[in-house]
Amino acid sequence: MGREVVQPPQQQQQQQQTVPYTVEQLVAVNPYNPDILPDLENYVNEQVSSQTYSLDANLCLLRLYQFEPERMSTQIVARILVKALMAMPAPDFSLCLFLIPERVQMEEQFKTLIVLSHYLETGRFRQFWDEAAKSRHIVEAVPGFEQAIQAYAIHVLSLTYQKVPRPVLAEAINIEGLSLDKFLEHQVANCGWILEKGHGRGQLIVLPRSEFNHPELKKNNADGIPFDHIARIFPILG
Amino acid sequence: MANFDHDDAPPNSAAPPAAASSSDALGYDPNFVPDSVKSFVVHLYRHIREKNVYEIHQMYETSFQTLSERLFKDTPWPSVDAVAHYVDNDHVFCLLYREMWFRHLYARLSPTLKQRIDSWDNYCSLFQVVLHGVVNMQLPNQWLWDMVDEFVYQFQSFCQYRAKMKNKTEQEIALLTQFDQAWNVYGVLNFLQALVEKSMIVQILEQEKEGLEQFTSTDGYDYNGGSNVLKVLGYFSMVGLLRVHCLLGDYHTGLKCLQPIDISQQGVYTSVIGSHITTIYHYGFANLMLRRYVEAIREFNKILLYIYKTKQYHQKSPQYEQILKKNEQMYALLAICLSLCPQVKLVEETVNSQLREKYGEKMIRMQRYDDEAFAIYDELFSYACPKFITPSAPSFEEPLVNYNQDAYRLQLKLFLYEVKQQQLLSGVRTFLKVYSTISLGKLANYMEVDEPTLRTILMTYKHKTHAVDGDGKIISNADLDFYIDDDMIHVVESRPAKRYGDYFLRQIVKLEGVINDVDRIKLE
Repeated sequence: MGREVVQPPQQQQQQQQTVPYTVEQLVAVNPYNPDILPDLENYVNEQVSSQTYSLDANLCLLRLYQFEPERMSTQIVARILVKALMAMPAPDFSLCLFLIPERVQMEEQFKTLIVLSHYLETGRFRQFWDEAAKSRHIVEAVPGFEQAIQAYAIHVLSLTYQKVPRPVLAEAINIEGLSLDKFLEHQVANCGWILEKGHGRGQLIVLPRSEFNHPELKKNNADGIPFDHIARIFPILG
Repeated sequence: MANFDHDDAPPNSAAPPAAASSSDALGYDPNFVPDSVKSFVVHLYRHIREKNVYEIHQMYETSFQTLSERLFKDTPWPSVDAVAHYVDNDHVFCLLYREMWFRHLYARLSPTLKQRIDSWDNYCSLFQVVLHGVVNMQLPNQWLWDMVDEFVYQFQSFCQYRAKMKNKTEQEIALLTQFDQAWNVYGVLNFLQALVEKSMIVQILEQEKEGLEQFTSTDGYDYNGGSNVLKVLGYFSMVGLLRVHCLLGDYHTGLKCLQPIDISQQGVYTSVIGSHITTIYHYGFANLMLRRYVEAIREFNKILLYIYKTKQYHQKSPQYEQILKKNEQMYALLAICLSLCPQVKLVEETVNSQLREKYGEKMIRMQRYDDEAFAIYDELFSYACPKFITPSAPSFEEPLVNYNQDAYRLQLKLFLYEVKQQQLLSGVRTFLKVYSTISLGKLANYMEVDEPTLRTILMTYKHKTHAVDGDGKIISNADLDFYIDDDMIHVVESRPAKRYGDYFLRQIVKLEGVINDVDRIKLE
């Protein structure tokens, strides 16, 4: 009944539409249309292979699964969740879990992913990498997984540390020895990292300054007034 | 009349449809139209035709309520067929009448499955007319809000009803299968979405910012003879979408639907108290679930203060009880937010003292992170959360089990999981508050954990207090800042940034108001 309000694209039309419409546009135009489900599933696979990401499209798909559980593909759900882990520090993983029925979350592969997410959420990188190593079949199916988690680890370290000891960094990003030297070299050249000698005990890495690890940097903007607020009292002042 | 979130179950609604016959027992004759009702519909019809919004509003808010109270306390209003000939059989008026008829029924009696389905059909017809026909009415915002609000409420109520499969009769199951499109989640969402799109409300709000259009300044009314119905329904449908998505656990999408409305300012959504409260309640809740605690605290604080200051004006309103209930629920949510993110300085003094009175003792216990603390988080969340729904139809072949709690249990479980992940943070806070520098080793010692564990706790603190906003920007919710330099922790207390600018702006506006008032006084 209500479904007829928005015309679902016909099957044949869809063939033609793949050219002018991106999946993103399909989602934007027609977020509550069950007919776009196959497109969204394909799009998840495309995100995996092309290392791109769209939370909106994936939530839209999970929503359609939620409306019609019999159409759910757990394989696709697993991929969405891995991609969501890779989007940390954004809360995407929880956003997805909110939409996945509990009985589905009980499946082994999802339990593993939930544990992985828990380690990342609580900064336990050592446990995370150990667990991830045991579940290669899940995470290695998605290219760019390691790099994405490393980026998250660096994000959290940068919030926390001005200077981080080398072993702490090594553990968080799971890179050691020569590979770590190489990695550091790259970061020094491209991301403004600085290497320092600690007091006798090995290397310290100075992470880029931000208002989060240099809290004094953020004080100034606290008392600014947005222009449109002033604009609103112009008539009175005038 | 506005049932912006009236409780799902009048006590007897859990009982199977036996309730339907109870109205017969009371001698309800759907065809009997008392004179007062005759005069009510005739006048309401005339005022609608004459676009007299003021009178419509009076009749809608007051007369309908009074008549319901006097004549239809336990029975439905006369059927639409019985009144139709007093209003020229006007199609649209009859749809509006039925909409009120069902709303009254839902609020005072318990609807049967057949009535639920009929009400759905009526909404379909009504919205189709608004979407496709040329509606030439001007209706009060209150009424238009109530329509959207009730539409979503009845959807939620239907999902809850359907999920209680255990006591369903064969006849009910047959009806559910036959009318599987009634209150179908796609239908509900697509109606709301269609109202948003067809009304062009997003574009209107956009153009208003550039001064090309008036909407907020006229409270959505059209003073040039046009109709406000589609526009305002579209506007309120954005709030409706936020609410439906929250009921489904889709907080991100819900907030996205609300985005065209700038809630940092007054708007049409604040012109109706029910809409104002519903908007902020769901907005705050969604932000809480997204870990954007500061945003949630800010908005809860504002609306709670607003309710505190204005609730006396609503005492006689039919919505009064609902206002109080949402008020209490939002205090509970605020208690949760502040326990996870102790930024009390964001809370106004009056709100804070109310909060202490209601939850002060519980909040102290919530800091402890033992089993009892979790029990309180559980209790407050369960009391204050939206009534989550499972949108899909059950399989009618399987053994019939109730699944009306499933959605709620999942959201609760995930929320408590989040609380657990943050359980060590309040301990760390306590220590960091009293030091300006402290070595990792010493703090680890105090906290009775080893150094690597302490590092993970400190990173957890940083991660959990730094949320990602809608644009992917990192925003700090931290009440207490620190950084680590090698193995030394430096604590920087974030000084309460006094918003002098805001303060002066508000005082300037206030002063202007006073001067205007003084100017108006005519001395003899």
